[in-house]
Amino acid sequence: MKGEAPKQELEQNQEHEKLAREKERGRKEREEREKSEEWRVRKEKENRETKEGKQETSDKKEKKMKLSLPPEELMGSGHLACQGCGATLAMRYVLKALGQKTALCIPACCWSVIDGPFPYSSLDVPIFHCAFETAAASAAGLKAGLEMVGDTETTVVAWAGDGGTFDIGIQALSGAAERNDDILYICYDNEAYMNTGIQRSSATPYGAWTTTTPVKHFKKRPKKDIDAIMAAHRIPYLATASIGYPEDLYKKAKKAKEVKGTRFLHIYAPCPSGWKSRPEDTVKLARMVVQNCIFPLYEVEFGEKYTINIRPREKKPIDDYLRLQGRFHHLTEEHIRMMQEEVDRNWERLLRRAEAS
Amino acid sequence: MKKVIMGNHALSWGAQLSRAQVIAAYPITPQTQVVELLSEMCASGELNAKFIKVESEHSAMAACIGASLAGARTFTATSAQGLTLMHELLHWASGGRMPVVMGNINRAMAPGWSIWTDQNDSLSQRDTGWIQFYCASNQEVLDTVIQAFKVSEALLIPSMVILDAFALSHTYEVVDIPDQTTVDDYLPPFNPPVRLTPSEPHAFGGLTSPEHYFELRYKLQKDMEKVPALIEETGREYERLFGRYLGQVEDYRCDDAELILVSSGTAGYTARVAVDELRDAGIKAGNLRIKLFRPFPFERVRHILGQAKKVAVVDRNISYGHHGIFYQEVKSALYGHDSHIPVFGFITGLGGRDVTPETFKEIAEAALARDKADEDIIWIGVKR
Repeated sequence: MKGEAPKQELEQNQEHEKLAREKERGRKEREEREKSEEWRVRKEKENRETKEGKQETSDKKEKKMKLSLPPEELMGSGHLACQGCGATLAMRYVLKALGQKTALCIPACCWSVIDGPFPYSSLDVPIFHCAFETAAASAAGLKAGLEMVGDTETTVVAWAGDGGTFDIGIQALSGAAERNDDILYICYDNEAYMNTGIQRSSATPYGAWTTTTPVKHFKKRPKKDIDAIMAAHRIPYLATASIGYPEDLYKKAKKAKEVKGTRFLHIYAPCPSGWKSRPEDTVKLARMVVQNCIFPLYEVEFGEKYTINIRPREKKPIDDYLRLQGRFHHLTEEHIRMMQEEVDRNWERLLRRAEAS
Repeated sequence: MKKVIMGNHALSWGAQLSRAQVIAAYPITPQTQVVELLSEMCASGELNAKFIKVESEHSAMAACIGASLAGARTFTATSAQGLTLMHELLHWASGGRMPVVMGNINRAMAPGWSIWTDQNDSLSQRDTGWIQFYCASNQEVLDTVIQAFKVSEALLIPSMVILDAFALSHTYEVVDIPDQTTVDDYLPPFNPPVRLTPSEPHAFGGLTSPEHYFELRYKLQKDMEKVPALIEETGREYERLFGRYLGQVEDYRCDDAELILVSSGTAGYTARVAVDELRDAGIKAGNLRIKLFRPFPFERVRHILGQAKKVAVVDRNISYGHHGIFYQEVKSALYGHDSHIPVFGFITGLGGRDVTPETFKEIAEAALARDKADEDIIWIGVKR
């Protein structure tokens, strides 16, 4: 990052400094606010209510979820993601939860580009860019190596896309999970090979268009249930999360950090470029997908104890969600009806599992 | 301390004496005893290491690379199908400058399934940027593992210590096990100039534009070129401490030899028996055993072969559509150096067919009967 910076870069830097100043001002204002009497009273009331264990409907609980995330950023601006990228939000929230003592193993995926080319990096944690199918094995080795040189604290994260997790990396992931290697495996799921230009993966849902499942032959098989596969490994902690629910995601990453053994976090991360959706709809889609139960938010401990974190009061139909994404525009009413039936079946199955545990 | 141990256990002993910190390995015949003994050494506490029992060789090398990046000394062992499964990661280890040391038991590639020796598995990894040592005795295997760590860590280039399936891996020989304290003096703890740590966050191996990539490879080659001199230096140091010199090649009765046989692996020792018998019959024969294959010991090979009238290179491998791989290397070493010595290329012993002193005598006769090297391959022992 040394040497003469071109004019454009200088301007960018000035812009960044301006943003940093604004961020700092915002932080100070917030601190001031938090000192105020009104804030203290409100906080105390909230705490009281939580302690009393007031019974509420899950929907109300969700509306009240206003825990702010820590302001510290380990992800800087200047990364190379597309507009409206869900994967960047996922990284930002996760790093807020994991903190500075984190090391990432990133196999081939969007994030191996997003971070920036040599000699740049948009993250303030070390990264090992590893081979496509090796995220879990590389992380397991890195963790063992760090421990042997006296670092027992660092959280080693395998950070892979759905292709690197559901497909090419599943062998190494299964191996690490069976051994219960002390790693946190995070899959940010944008439901296709987006880095190479939108080819189908086994995480691509039924009905979706991709460049290898063209409209005439759209994907006819359902998305692989990676969470059930990981649960079957009886790992100590597994959770699904969505960038549309940052507080829930933050809490899960925080919880996963404290668990020893293999932890698996499956984060839903919309991709406007690949889904043919509007960048400004990314968060909206990431909330809708939970509300319509296509991607429920839940946790599984030791493969048995299921906890559903968000139960929509009124389960929304999938139509609106599909309509916002060009990748589903070719589907007929009949296709959508079939997809709805599958979503319903999956949701019922999850409810039964949660009830049984 | 002297012990009678098998070749595979010589690898395990080498790793233990080198105080490997992370081992990741997957079983494959004929390598299994290497990891079995290492598992016992780790379980008993004789070796303070983490042993990751991975689900494939690919993951074994991935885990070694990850551990090496953290600054740990790493070891693994494999063979044939396992080695070739690792191929992608062999490039990763050398490109990322991770000084992993790996034992490889030379086994023929399937199909048809073979568990017996030839060199095509490791020689087809020729261009992956690994240092390759071909050993001929269990003592040499053990000593070379320790030396390999020293050379690899000094230059940040990984090393492969190679031995023949069964002919060495399962053969028991007397081995002098060096004293741990002296080994510790010879091989201090691994302390890389850069390592992955959150206290100094760097991104390793990210997207590298044409602006930078070329120089990374240039530097790897420049460091590779330093290996021969470093082997001489560390080999002499080893000799001072343990009484055994570890060099790039081993020449046997080459000084006045008119015909020099060039061999590698255990065949290199078999050749010495043939040389003695040929000498008894009045033929001035010698044997040059090439131990270091990558980087190729050009200087030593040119120096020793330069005195001969004929050279016969014996390959237990083949580059299909070309010829024996050591043959290519020897010819390229001699080319352009005022050498007009005829160099004959022989292929024998593929898939573990025996290579005996008789094989070498047949080779010597064939070389002596020819004036010009006008055949690319002279096959020995093939049924046609």
